[in-house]
This record gives sequence, structure tokens and C-alpha cells, in this order.
Amino acid sequence: MTRLTVPKTYKLYIGGKFPRSESGRTYEVTTKKGAFLANAALASRKDARDAVVAARAAVSGWSGATGYNRGQVLYRIAELLEGRREQFIDELMATESLSKSAATAQLDTAIDAWVWYAGWADKYVQVAGNGNPVSGPYFNLSTPEPSGVIAIVAPQDSSSLLGLVSVIAPALVSGNTVVVVAHQNAPLSAISLSEVLATSDVPGGVVNILTGSPAEIAPWLASHADVNGLDLAGAEQLEWVDLQIAAADTLKRVSGPVVGVPAPSIERVVQWTETKTVWHTKSLI
Amino acid sequence: MTENDKALSVKAPSFLDYAPAPESTSVLHLKKHYGLFIDGEFVDGRGDAFTTISPATEKEIASISNANSADVDSAVAAARKAYDRTWSKLSGADRGKYLFRIARLVQERARELAVAESLDNGKPIKESRDVDVPLVAAWFFYYAGWADKLDYAGLGPNPQSLGVAAQVIPWNFPLLMLAWKIAPALAAGNTVVIKPAETTPLSAMIFAEILQQADLPKGVVNIVTGAGDTGHALVNHPDVNKVAFTGSTGVGRAIAKSVAGTGKKVTLELGGKAANIVFDDAPMDQAIEGIVNGIFFNQGHVCCAGSRLLVQENVHDEVVDRLKARLSTLRMGDPLDKNTDIGAINSKAQLDRIRELSDIGEAEGSERWTADCPIPENGFWFAPTIFTNVSTSSRIAREEVFGPVLSVLTFRTPAEAIAKSNNTPYGLSAGIWSEKGSRVLAVADKLRAGVIWANTFNRFDPASPFGGYKESGYGREGGRHGLASYLESAGWAAPAVTKGGKK
Repeated sequence: MTRLTVPKTYKLYIGGKFPRSESGRTYEVTTKKGAFLANAALASRKDARDAVVAARAAVSGWSGATGYNRGQVLYRIAELLEGRREQFIDELMATESLSKSAATAQLDTAIDAWVWYAGWADKYVQVAGNGNPVSGPYFNLSTPEPSGVIAIVAPQDSSSLLGLVSVIAPALVSGNTVVVVAHQNAPLSAISLSEVLATSDVPGGVVNILTGSPAEIAPWLASHADVNGLDLAGAEQLEWVDLQIAAADTLKRVSGPVVGVPAPSIERVVQWTETKTVWHTKSLI
Repeated sequence: MTENDKALSVKAPSFLDYAPAPESTSVLHLKKHYGLFIDGEFVDGRGDAFTTISPATEKEIASISNANSADVDSAVAAARKAYDRTWSKLSGADRGKYLFRIARLVQERARELAVAESLDNGKPIKESRDVDVPLVAAWFFYYAGWADKLDYAGLGPNPQSLGVAAQVIPWNFPLLMLAWKIAPALAAGNTVVIKPAETTPLSAMIFAEILQQADLPKGVVNIVTGAGDTGHALVNHPDVNKVAFTGSTGVGRAIAKSVAGTGKKVTLELGGKAANIVFDDAPMDQAIEGIVNGIFFNQGHVCCAGSRLLVQENVHDEVVDRLKARLSTLRMGDPLDKNTDIGAINSKAQLDRIRELSDIGEAEGSERWTADCPIPENGFWFAPTIFTNVSTSSRIAREEVFGPVLSVLTFRTPAEAIAKSNNTPYGLSAGIWSEKGSRVLAVADKLRAGVIWANTFNRFDPASPFGGYKESGYGREGGRHGLASYLESAGWAAPAVTKGGKK
């Protein structure tokens, strides 16, 4: 007799917890050929708002951690992903109809991206900051700081796991917290990634992952006054100009749609930072 | 005190009385009418010309062309042609030489520019002469040197210019804002169409003459004068690649909406409501001067003005008393007088706005104190004013007054000072006064503002980035970061990706 399997219930990831959508809605996740895989939570406006509240609450702790500490936490994510390879490979093969080698390549690249970004946490300030030679008796230093809460539409075309990692990792490097809408049709690896995040050293609320319809959720995030940045990487198929217009109401920083998966770059780290310049008088001695 | 006694007390002779010392206007050779500066020539605008007046006397200075959308089209076309044919083909070294030339010519005509600026804007000549114009020259000198060093700007090798930059600047620092916009744009290899504010176009017109003297290639800089419609036509022109705006948050928001989806790179320097935090161990003599400079410099028409004074409760009375004594020595009057500390409010509209918000402050229960200055009969004037007992919810503590009005609030602990400072949608600047360096650094870390002055205020330098957090806008001006606002990276090398555990 064959064993009856225990299918997994996929939920949202908000504030370090795994709630169902408060709306009680779910949607069907299938293979590319249409075979049923799971029901995922269909996040609502209220879920998005709860996620922003959780992300805001986590800003001071995460941005206040040392770069050295944040780097170790990001590296820890890579370690845990590495330990759960088989699960992710299986999920990617099922949801994206990938060959084993293609799924493995995507996972490897995602793990390596965490490692690459982990190394930036205690270095990006040196690259993006500046001592300024002002004409006068002043100490003058410009340093980048995280913008705050970044709302993200993850890439929607392919590479559901790598796309997600490519947009959240750079935002986390400087100490931002994120609310991200996962790949709509292949959300399973996103929720499995939340299990990795929840059991790594990432504080609750630093990453909040919503599954469901980006077209439904993104407008609420774009107009939310407590969101500081809007990454429209995966919004090509949405009315993204309207999202950008909504974001202008609170002068959010906006990054536009990208084709495919954004390559790792220090620019993606720096785009979610502000430059603070401190002047201090020097005494005459 | 009767009215008669008051008049006598004002006129009573004292060692503080100075004879008038007006700066000569003989250095200024104004034309009766100024046209638009397009493709290296002055041409008449197609809109109805308008008159620019002296806010200190309400006397007419000159008539100015008004650019309509067809004029904006010509200016953008001239900038595009200059970008394609000349400026983008020039070596960085040659672009730098032009900027050095401009810097020198600004220095040579410094007095003339300062007089024109004070006449048109109403700011005291000591500020236009000793702050604005020297900084204008410094800005061109600083960015001149960057033009052939773009590979070192931190954007990777061979960063690219953007194309035609549309720039709209405010009336509070007409010439300085022009320099902040034009110098980095040209150094990075862009061409420019700039619109000065309608109340202060004069110094830009003299600057255009300087560009002719510098023999800057035609069309590299174009100046279109006019009001909001001209600015609207300019930033929304389909053939501009970059929009740079300094001004109100309201207009900045509208610009951010109108350029959404166009791919234009945008930088916005918007409003502020800076907290100036005074701890009880502050160097008090310097702090009083710094507070005065923070809010009464340029009649308070400064987006980064220290308009919210946060004083530690135990030194509140001392600080307020000393401030009142200091303000009573300030001289308000003729902007061209070398002894003037406080000049004229830039326009009737701005004066009305300051009066309205001050009245609201009083109505909301704050205590108003105004320095006892004689007010000239003509022109737009507002005497230095302090509000005490201001609550954090009061409109004068939340909205940008953009005038010589200081709101005083108190705090007990550093944590409270930080919370109150950050309790605003703005985040442009902040001040900290304390002798304790470790406290200054800890507080500076927690303030959400782009520029923080510790034991000083309102310092500007071309090498130092300036710009805001939150709704004070995005992008930086000044320094290497300011240059980056006019460049895009040619692409960073992606890291090597390992496959199957092998390189």
C-alpha cells in the first residue's frame, strides 16, 4: 500500500508569524499543465496594511543592528537554504515545470545572491558615503542610511525564488524592512522561504511576504503613507504608471519594472538609502 | 506706552544707531527689458511680458519676457541640438574649462550680481555679497574640476550624461539655486533649460551675459522666464531627459506625478520644518547666534531653516530671553544698506502667507512676540517673530511658514527631542547644540534628516551633499552625490555566479 501524503498548507508571512489571509480567501496554485498543487492565501488590503505595520515596527531594530550583524544574518539565510535544497528544488520543478538541473541552478544562484549581498552589509556605507572637504573648520561626513519600509512587487515572469531574493536581499542590506508580493502563479517557494527566514536570525517583521494578486494589493501599498520606497521590479504587467502616480502623493522613492530578474548590484542596495550629511564645528586650538 | 512714547523710544539715539550705508547701484547697468536666453541669444518671449519689482520699495526694476510653450519648445530644441552636436562631443577637460571660465567671470562681476540679487529679491546685501555670490562661484569651481573626472564619481567607469535637463528654481536664492542646478549638469555633460522664479529673474539675466562672455557654446544653457505655466511646459516637455526642481512640496508632488512613467530622472528639493535642538549644555553664545542665523537668515526664506526650536526645558527661559534681546538688535530695512540684517519679504503673496500662519499660531494659543522694528512704508516687511508655548500639533509647528517666524517647543530627554524632531513628514535638515560630542553623534544618528548641523547652522558648501529624507524630496545636490543626479552608470559588473559548485 502506498503512503498517503501530508500536503502542506501555505499561508502568509507577516510579522514573523504565518497567518491565513484575514479575508479567508485562497487561490489555487497549479503546475503549468494545470494539475493542482496547493491552495495559497489570497492576501487582502488588510493583510497588506498589517504587513506594513509589522515592517514599520521592525525598522528600528533591524536598521539599528550593526552592519556586521546584518551581514551574518543574511549569510545565515544562505546556510539554511543550502540545508533545505531538496524541498526548494522540488517546489521549483513543480510550480515552474523546470528540469531538475534548471531548478538547481535557480536555487544555487539565489543562495549565492544571499551570500553576495551579506558581504555588502558592513561595506556599502564605505562605498556610498563620503568625507567632504568643505571650505571651513568643519567635520563633514555623508553616510547612507536605510529609507525605511520598502514595498515590492516581486518579478512575475519566471524564476519565482531567485526573483524574490533578488529584490528583497538588496533592500535588507542597509537595514530596510520589506513587504513583498510574491510571484502570483508560483508562490510556493516564497512561503517556504518565509519558513527559512522565520527559523534563521531574521527578526520578525523585517520581511513580510504576501501571496495573491499584485494587481489587487500593489495599489494599497503604493498609496500607503507609511511606506517609504516602492520597488516595481515585477510590475510590468500591472498599471504601474498609476502605481508610480499614487506613490508620488507621499513622495516615495520608486524603482521601475525590470525585464527578468534584476542582476545583483550595489545600485540596488543604494537606491533604498538616503544620504545624511552631518556637519560639526571644529574648535580653534 | 503711548504711541508717542513708542515713536520716541524707537528714535532715541543709542550706540546701536548707524548712519545709512547703502551699497552703490552704479555697478549695475540694467536694461529696461530682458528677453529669454535661447541658443546663446536674447530673444523676446511670445507670452505677455511681466515686470519684476523690488520687494523693498515695490518700484519696477525691469520688464521680463514671459515664455509660452512654443518658447519652451525652442529652448528645448536648442538644448537638444547643443547636446547632440557640441556639448556631448566635447572632452571633459574642455567642459571643465568653460565652467572655470564661468566661475571666474562670476567673481569678476560679483558686486554687480550681489546688488542685482538684493534689489530683486529683497535680501540684505551683506548676505548676497558674502554668502550667495561667493557660493555661486565656489559651485562652478567645484564642479568644473569634476568634468574630466567622471570615472571617479562612484558610478563605475564611463558614466553617461542624461541629455537635456529641465530645471525649475525658486525665488529665495535665485542665483545660488541656478548655480546648484547648472554647474553639476554641465560638468556631467548635459545641456540645460532653466526657469528662474517669476519674482526673481534678474540675476539669471546677468548670468546669461556672463555665459556670452565665457563664449559657452550656443544652446548649452537656455533660460526661460515666466511663472507656473512656463515651468509646467518645461518639466512636461517630451524631449527632456532629466527634471530638477527646488521649491514647495506641493509642486514637487505634482511634478512627481506628471513625470511618472516617462523615464525622466527626477530630483526634488522640497520643503522642510527643521528642528533645531538645544541641550542644556549647549555653548550658549554660539547657540543664540546659530538659532538667529538658522531662522532669520534670508528672512527665513530657507527650506532648511531651523523653524522649530526645541529647547531643553531647564534652559528654556534663558534661551528665549537671550533670543529676544538679540533680535532687538537686528536691523530691518533697505536690503542695499550694508548694515541691514533683515531685508524685505520677497512678495506680497508670501507676506500674506506668513501673516496668515502667524495669526493662526496666535489663534491656536501660542504666545507671539515680535521685535520692535520700525516698518518702512512701502514694500513687504515682517519683523522677526517668536512663538512660545507652541504645541506639537499647532500649524506653525507643522507647516512651513517660509518667513522670519520661530516656533519654540521644549523637551526633557534626548529621546523626546528625537521623537519631536522626527514628528513631521519633512526631513530636510536639523540642528543640534551640545558640548557633548558623544551625545551629538548619538542624536544625529537618530534624526531622519538629510543635513544635520551640529553646533552650527545653515552652512553650505559645494563639496557637501544637500537634500532631504521623506517628503522633503529625493536626490542630493552638492558633492559627488550631486554629480550623480546628472549621470547614469554605464552598468556595474555583475558578480561571478557559481554553478554546480564550480566557477
